[in-house]
Order: sequence, then structure tokens, then C-alpha cells
Amino acid sequence: MVGGMSDVAIGLVCIAGFFGIGLSGAVLGRLRIATPIVYGASFVVALAAVALALGVLLGEAPPSMVVLPIGLPGTGAHFRLDTLSAFFVLVVDLGAAAASFYGIGYGRHEPEPARVLPFYGAFLAGMNLVLLAADAFTFLLSWEFMSLASWALVVVHHRESASIRAGLLYLLMASFGTLCLLLAFGLLAGPGAAIGGTAGFDHLTFAHMRASPPAEIFAALATVLALLGAGSKAGLMPLHVWLPLAHPAAPSHVSALLSGVMTKVGVYAFVRIVFDVAGNIDPWSGLVVVIAGGTTAVMGVLYAVMQRDLKRLLAYSTVENVGIVFIGLGLALAFRAAGQGPAAALALAAAFLHVLNHSLFKGLLFFGAGAVLTATGERDTEKLGGLVHTMPHTAVVVLIGCMSIAALPPLNGFVSEWLTFQAILMSPQLPQWGLKFAVPVVGALLALAAALAGACFVKAYGIVFLGRPRTPAAAGAHEVDGFSLAAMTALATLCVLIGILPGVVIDMLAPLTRDLAGSALPAQVEVPWLSVVPIAQSRSSYNGLVVFAFLFCAALMAALAVHRLASKTTRKSPPWDCGYPLPSPRTQYSSASFAMPIRRVFGSVVFGLTERVDMPRPGDTRAGHFRYRLRDPAWRFAYGPLARFVVRGAQHLNRLQFLTIRRYLALVFAALVVLMLVVAAWR
Amino acid sequence: MAAGTSTFLFDIAHLLAGGVLVLSLMLLVQDRLTAVINVFALQAVVLALSVGWQSLVQGAPHLLVTALITLLAKALIIPTALHRIVRKLDVHREIERVIGGGPTMLAGLGLVALSILVVHPVVETADPVAREDFAFALAVVLLGLLMMITRRNAVSQVVGFMSLENGLILAATGAKGMPLVVEVSVAFSVLIAFIVFGVFVFRIRERFDTVDVNVLERFRGEQREHL
Repeated sequence: MVGGMSDVAIGLVCIAGFFGIGLSGAVLGRLRIATPIVYGASFVVALAAVALALGVLLGEAPPSMVVLPIGLPGTGAHFRLDTLSAFFVLVVDLGAAAASFYGIGYGRHEPEPARVLPFYGAFLAGMNLVLLAADAFTFLLSWEFMSLASWALVVVHHRESASIRAGLLYLLMASFGTLCLLLAFGLLAGPGAAIGGTAGFDHLTFAHMRASPPAEIFAALATVLALLGAGSKAGLMPLHVWLPLAHPAAPSHVSALLSGVMTKVGVYAFVRIVFDVAGNIDPWSGLVVVIAGGTTAVMGVLYAVMQRDLKRLLAYSTVENVGIVFIGLGLALAFRAAGQGPAAALALAAAFLHVLNHSLFKGLLFFGAGAVLTATGERDTEKLGGLVHTMPHTAVVVLIGCMSIAALPPLNGFVSEWLTFQAILMSPQLPQWGLKFAVPVVGALLALAAALAGACFVKAYGIVFLGRPRTPAAAGAHEVDGFSLAAMTALATLCVLIGILPGVVIDMLAPLTRDLAGSALPAQVEVPWLSVVPIAQSRSSYNGLVVFAFLFCAALMAALAVHRLASKTTRKSPPWDCGYPLPSPRTQYSSASFAMPIRRVFGSVVFGLTERVDMPRPGDTRAGHFRYRLRDPAWRFAYGPLARFVVRGAQHLNRLQFLTIRRYLALVFAALVVLMLVVAAWR
Repeated sequence: MAAGTSTFLFDIAHLLAGGVLVLSLMLLVQDRLTAVINVFALQAVVLALSVGWQSLVQGAPHLLVTALITLLAKALIIPTALHRIVRKLDVHREIERVIGGGPTMLAGLGLVALSILVVHPVVETADPVAREDFAFALAVVLLGLLMMITRRNAVSQVVGFMSLENGLILAATGAKGMPLVVEVSVAFSVLIAFIVFGVFVFRIRERFDTVDVNVLERFRGEQREHL
């Protein structure tokens, strides 16, 4: 509490601030000065929200409520700030602060800032509103507001048809997701909500849903609906199709928010509904969530490896990371249903830590992609290369981001994935035999995903920053402005810090896991030497500091040895040409050729790969061609048939447009008669 | 009121409402436009009688106003005007029908049975006069609609619409306590609709030399198959 205001009231003031920023963006939009004002103000407000969230988390403040006399008549709009909300407010606003600071520099290159600025503030306000909402109506309203604001940001570059198509797909998926959430809330509110009026509206508050948990079958159904609804926002397979199209379409700092932060709001919705509101869920729902997470992780990263568009690669990698988070959440559900509090707390802590970590390094990597885009005008990895020479600072921070996301110790990505593995290793404790067998399989999937993520980011970093420039645009790159660099450096620092000192963050998560799983991990700060001991010292422990110290010393000694022992004379000679007489940049590994082994291995089943080689006959001087095409199974098996069905149905219905007046009348008449027949037969 | 008187009152109300329905069925199978208009005028007269009788039974003098409006507007003004239109347009010869008389009649009978089946269980608790009245009224509405979709001449479509409206008045007067303003406004709107229709029919005629709506549809390019 500050100055008599409850925490949630301060949160609402921050949201009002974001709304105000959106408004000022709409008013000032066309002025040059608007960009730094809007992003600077967003940065300040986001930092305030971060401070608020940290205060609630570290002070373990009790949940604070506020009811505003807007929204449903008689019931009002309920807002509540508990530890779960506070943690996600922290994630969202940390990302928002970084993106805003980055935007001060990056936003200058935006051709039409008036299309971005108003929606930027509105988008941030919408995400925070979702996190504070404490009744179904307010939640869904804020959810839709967030979706619409982010849609407006996706179609900023509305003259590119790809943007418009991505926006349309996003709208469709968002409405589907909201529909699922609406149904889930309907199930949780129970039949009491149908009476209408104030008494019925009261059933829509989360407090009421918590107090009267639904029957087990409805709770399970609500879990599945929440998985679909929240999963469509977070990017679970096969609802992920809009992410790789929509996230890259927005300006880069907004892409960072969409990919790093808004997907987390989807995760929040799932946790809020399933862990908090729905009451006890049977363990098999946990298995569904775990399997969904496992497939999402592997498929997401497989598609990420195949991409040549840098931002699209990052979007697919988001799909993978959301899968990892959902593995943790599903495990937590299963453990909680089995009454194993400590194991559930471990799985939850792993999921939440990965939520925080992913928002940091995905933000950093999208900023890096934005920096590359500013410097070269290219997103296509096949046209980049050698940027480490022209953009040394960016190259270093992006390297840290890539190492984090590839889960290399001592960085933060390793800690959360390691914790997830620890939770998977607890699965023999589960009472159900099916789960005992299924969870290790998902563990294998997770291991595969982690390895492929390594390959994916070796490719992304290697092709973009190493080697020689593939085009003049890449060769003429220049380092980006100070604001962008500062934002990226701050995120990279956080990645390293959390990697070395994960205990601090894990302890911060203790009140959350205590609320949601009834148990918490042992306090990590008291463990000597800053180790992380999730269950018991005899079982497993990890010490980021030691790993960091070892790596640092080893690298230092190697560097010293090389510099001391190597000859100082510089020798210039033609580079080893590996049999290629022409030292062209084309002789380097390309993005597609790097991914080729993986493409071949998984080609037929996962990618639906078709390859065509067009080799000129000997003596023919035309160029040879090699073409390949991948088809996402989600499109092949789910959306393709669905789209064809809808189009065919629409074509049939289209005839209704051209009937004669008498036929219209006849249709009305027939409908009336049929309805009357139904009424007559019903009795 | 004695039981015998009640039965008698009921029988008369029933007879008049049934008369409106029978005239609706007759309307369905009339071949000539003049006959269509005459039957329509007769239906309006019977309807006016029925409304007058209801006014007597219910002790509601304002229903007499409704009866008077019906008699004046629907039994006199509109039929006279329609006759003039038909003479002026020179279409008082035989009209062609979409479906033959037999099937149309059968469909009409089916609709009457259906409306009785639907209405009877719904208004079980209402008093028997209103109950029969509603069944007949719904049947008249449905028959009017049927007439509108089986005819292709604009004038007979207008008559179908007007007879549909007769069914509405029948229903409105059968229920107790329907305020006068409702009936007045319904009657007024019908008059307006009639004027609009009339103007339209002349416009159609001016432009296409016919009042067959199929020609209109062909002109709009929406005719897919000839009926």
C-alpha cells in the first residue's frame, strides 16, 4: 500500500496511464515529437507497474480487491491483484518497459507512427487489464480489447497484402479463442448465472466460481476449453498458425511484445482458469496438457529451424517455448491432482520461471532482429551475414539471447528447462500408470526440442552475424542507436543475472506456488554458494555461479594461452578455398543448406516436404534450380479441409443472393411452416 | 349469461371467423382478377361483421370503429381502386397460376390443419372464442402468404398481402383488451401500403408493358430458371 491506495488501485492507475498514452498517441500521432513522448511515457508507467508487482511479490502482500461501478449492472467490474497477477504484471511490464525504451530509438524509423502510437498504449493497457480482471465479464472484455489493439498493430503495414492476411487469420483465431473462453466461463459459473439480473451476474465473479466449484466433468470440459481458448493466444499446436504470420508483420518492438509478452497473457488465462478458478481437476487433464505442450515444443522448433525469415523463425521458436511452459503446467496439474504438493510446486515454478525467461530473451532477440532490419533493411537470413563486423555490440547481446534460448548454461534458459526436466523426473511418483509411462515420453520430446533449439539458433546466429555478407545491404550495415542498444543490453544482463542467480527468482515464485499448488520449493537463498536445490541435495542441484566461473576462467586461460604461445608475426595468404576457385559469399552455408539434414530426416511426416531439382543438361548454360516446399500439417489436415468446407458452403449459400422476390417469400414461408410443424410435433 | 346464450354467441363468432377463412381458401383458386378482387371485398365484409359481433360480445364499443374502418377501407375503397387499376391496365382477363388449383387447395387445407394443431395447445387456457379465433386468424395469415408466393401477377400479390392483413385484424379483435390505436394504425399502414403498391404497379406497367413480376426479375438478371 502506498498513501492509502490499495495495490490494485495503483495497478489501475498505471492502466489509466497507458490509456492516456494511447490517447495522446492518437492526438499527437502526426508530430515528430510524439514518438519519444509516447514511448518515454510508456517506459515510465511500465517501470512503475514493475515496481508495484515486485513490491507485491517480495512483500507477499495479501490480495487486494477493488470493484468499479462500471461493467455489469449491479455487479460492477471486479479487479484483484494477487501474487499470480503480480507475477504476470511483472513479466508483461518488464517486457513493455524494454520495448518502450527500444521504441524511443527504433520508432524513429517507423514510416507511419500515427498508425502505431495510439494502439501501442491501448495494447499495453489491455494486457494489464486482463491480468487484473476478477470477473468473467471484465476478463473477456479486456481480453477482446487486447486482441483488437494487437490486431491493429499487426496490420500497421496495411499496404502489404501479407499483413492484411495475417491480420485476418489472427482475428479468426482470436474470436475462436474468445468463444472457447466464454464457454469455459459459462461452465464454471454454473446454471446460476442464467437467472440474469444482479443475482445472476454475481455468479460471474471469480470469487463466486471459486467458492462453488463445478462438477468434475464440467471442470474437465472447462480445462479443455481453456486450453483451446488460452492456447490459441499462446500458440499451442495446432492453434499456432497465426503466430508466425502475425508476429513478424508488426514493427519489431511490437513483435517482441506480441511474441514475448502477449503469449504469456494466454498462459496467465490458462493458469487463472484451470489452477485457480476451476477447483480440483482430475489428473488426466494434466496429461492432455502435457502432451499438447510436448508436441507443440517439438513441432514449433522443427518449423523454426526451417525458416529463412528471421522474425518468422523467432515466432516459431515462441511456439516451442510456449510448449515447454505448458509441459510444466500440465505436470503441475497432474501432481496437484495426486496430492503431491512439492512436485507440483517444482513443475509450476519451472513453468513460471520459463515464462519470465522467455519474455526476456525473446524480447531481446526480436529487438536484435529489429536492429538488423534497421541496419540492412532485410529480414531474410539468406541475404544477411557478417554483421558481427559492422554491428559488434548488437552481435554480442544477440549472442547472449541465442545462448539463453538454446538453454546453454550458465544462462537463464538452462535453469528453467533444467527445472522442467527435474519435474519430469518426478513422474514415477504419480499414482496412475498411464501417466508414469507418458510423461517420460514427453521428457524425450522436450530433450529433442532443446537440442533442435540449439541447432536453430546456431543457424540463426551463424547465418546472420558470422561469415561474410551475402548482399551489399548486409555489407553496408551500421550499428543501431543508443536507445535500442541500451534496451537490448539491459535484457541481456537480466538473462545472465537470472542464469547465475536463479535462486532469487525461484524464491520470488514461492508465494505463487503456495497459492496454486499448496506448497512451495524450499527457500533457495539460504542454500550455500547460491546453488539451486529444488528437492533435495542428494537428488539434484545446479550452481550457475560455479558454471559461470568455470567457463569464464577456462575461456580466459585459453585466450591467454593462445595469445602467449602463438606466434606474433602476421602472415597474409590466400584463404583456404576448399576446392572452390571463386571466393564468393555464395559458397558459404546458406540458411536452407544448414537446415537440410533436419529437413530430410523429418521431411515426409512432419513437413510434407516436396523437393524438385531442375538440373540443366550438360552443355546447357542456364542456371540450375533446387526448389523445396514445406507444408505445415496443421494446414494440411486441419485448416485446409476446414477452409475448403467453408468456401464450398459459402458458394452454395451465395445463390441465395440472387433469388427472386417470390422465392425469398417462399423461403420465409417454408421456414415458418417448418417451425410450426416442429412446434406441433413437439407436444 | 345463460349457457344457451353463450353457445349461441360462440356459434355466431365461430361462423363469421370461419367465413373469413373459407373466403381466404376461395381467394386461392380464383382465376380471374375481377373475381379475386370481389372475393377479397366479400372477405372484408365478413371480417367487418365478425369484428362488429366481437364488439357486441366483448362489450367493447371501440371495436365498432374498427369494423367501420374495415368496411370502408377494405370492402369499399380498396376493391374499387383495384377494379379501376385492373380496368386501366386492361388485365381483367384470365390470370395464370403457378401451381394448379388442386395442389394449392390441398396445401391451403394442410395449412389450416397445421395452424389449428399449433394454436390449440398453446392457448388451451384462453376462452374458447379467442381460441378458435386465433386458429382461424393464423390460417388466414398463412393462406395470404401462400397466395403471395403462388401468384405472379402484381395485383393478385397485393390482394394476397391485404388478405394476410385481414388475418391480423381477426386475431387482434379476437383478443380482449386490444386498444383501438393498434387497429387504427394497422388499418392506416395497410392503406399506405396499398398506395405504394398501386404506384408501383403503374410504374411497372409504364416501363415493362406488363404487371407480370417475372419480367421484372428477368430484367434484374436474377431469373435462374423459368417457373
